[in-house]
Amino acid sequence: MNPVNYLYLSALLFTIGAAGVLLRRNAIVVFMCVELMLNACNLAFVTFGRMHDNLDGQIIAFFTMVVAACEVVVGLSIIIAIFRSRRSASVDDASLMKW
Amino acid sequence: MSPGMDFAAEVTKTSTGEALQFWVLAAVALIGALATVFMKKAVHSALALVTTMMCLAIFYLAQGAVFLGIVQIVVYTGAIMMLFLFVLMLVGVSSVDSLKETLKGQRIAAAGLGLGFGILLTAAIANASITHFTALATKSAGSRPVYPAETDDEALRAVSQGNVQGLAHQIFTKYIWAFEMTSALLITAAVGAMVLAHRERLVPRKTQRELSEERVRDNKQVAPLPTPGVYARHNAVDVPALLPDGSVSELSINGTLRARGQIRDVSAEAVHSVAALETAGADDDDEAWPDESDAPASAPVPTARQEHEDPDPGSGDEVGAGAGSKEGRS
Repeated sequence: MNPVNYLYLSALLFTIGAAGVLLRRNAIVVFMCVELMLNACNLAFVTFGRMHDNLDGQIIAFFTMVVAACEVVVGLSIIIAIFRSRRSASVDDASLMKW
Repeated sequence: MSPGMDFAAEVTKTSTGEALQFWVLAAVALIGALATVFMKKAVHSALALVTTMMCLAIFYLAQGAVFLGIVQIVVYTGAIMMLFLFVLMLVGVSSVDSLKETLKGQRIAAAGLGLGFGILLTAAIANASITHFTALATKSAGSRPVYPAETDDEALRAVSQGNVQGLAHQIFTKYIWAFEMTSALLITAAVGAMVLAHRERLVPRKTQRELSEERVRDNKQVAPLPTPGVYARHNAVDVPALLPDGSVSELSINGTLRARGQIRDVSAEAVHSVAALETAGADDDDEAWPDESDAPASAPVPTARQEHEDPDPGSGDEVGAGAGSKEGRS
């Protein structure tokens, strides 16, 4: 097997995640799809690092994980704050700042 | 074919075991990702995403990224997804996805865009003509590894000691600035989460007395919420109470259970048995319940062990059963 297959898998996972972000309305599910996209990127990073026998890919994946953790913490607390004020976790209902 | 080409062909191949693992787990990961997008309930989506993340962790391990694989399991599936589930239980269990389109044709356009993007990415990778690589983690034993990123001796030694040592060396030398920025980011995120989730109490907390006076003043639900009544067959929390006319009392069911669609509606059965009860008359209660189990719960059911030990098969009454159980205990 060629390791490029890992890249194909990563591309497919990223695509599925992106489609989920566009298709779903529940803010938490949208968030999970963003996580899926981040994970797909990590897989690509690790695979590239392996192809070039280089640890830099793994280190970037590591930093991606840290940033993802921060993003989840802040994003989920935003979702909770919106849920408190609007009683809904749907992304369509948070439209107060729409022109 | 030249020997150089032979070498390149050898390097681009992974082991058969890894290939097998890849094809099996890639299918699982893709199914998990699709389920994340298409599952109706958010909890199911989260569990599907956990599956995908575990598969990715195994891929990391298989590609020699041991540290990342473990971190993926511990941090992603262990911490982040549990945080997701926690927030789901707090917020989103009762929230169903709205099917109303706020933008016209957005779903079709999104699906088309996703499909096109996938084709574009796949084609780009296929077009990139990646025919050979510098190296693979699973090299043959004879070949000496090369490390193009760091050529000084210390780094080479760190990398050759193992994945974690190599990563540590890189993070604390080459990427030390990014690493320090990470700590600032984490602190900012923690403070931000506290600020966002914190709620200042604007009015003093109501006492029990104030709450009860308010209930009386509103005159909506002065008495406690309805409980299963006289003819109730169940007192489980997911079975609604029946009003005297046999209809279901909406107030007796928790709103979350109703939103999840987890209500067991036994009203028809209950009404049926109430009717049977009323036709049979109130004198013999046991006969009136039609679908109750025939043997009362208190009647002794002779077990095989008891029959074996008891010489007299006729003594199947309560006293005999008590004696048998005592014998069994001693």
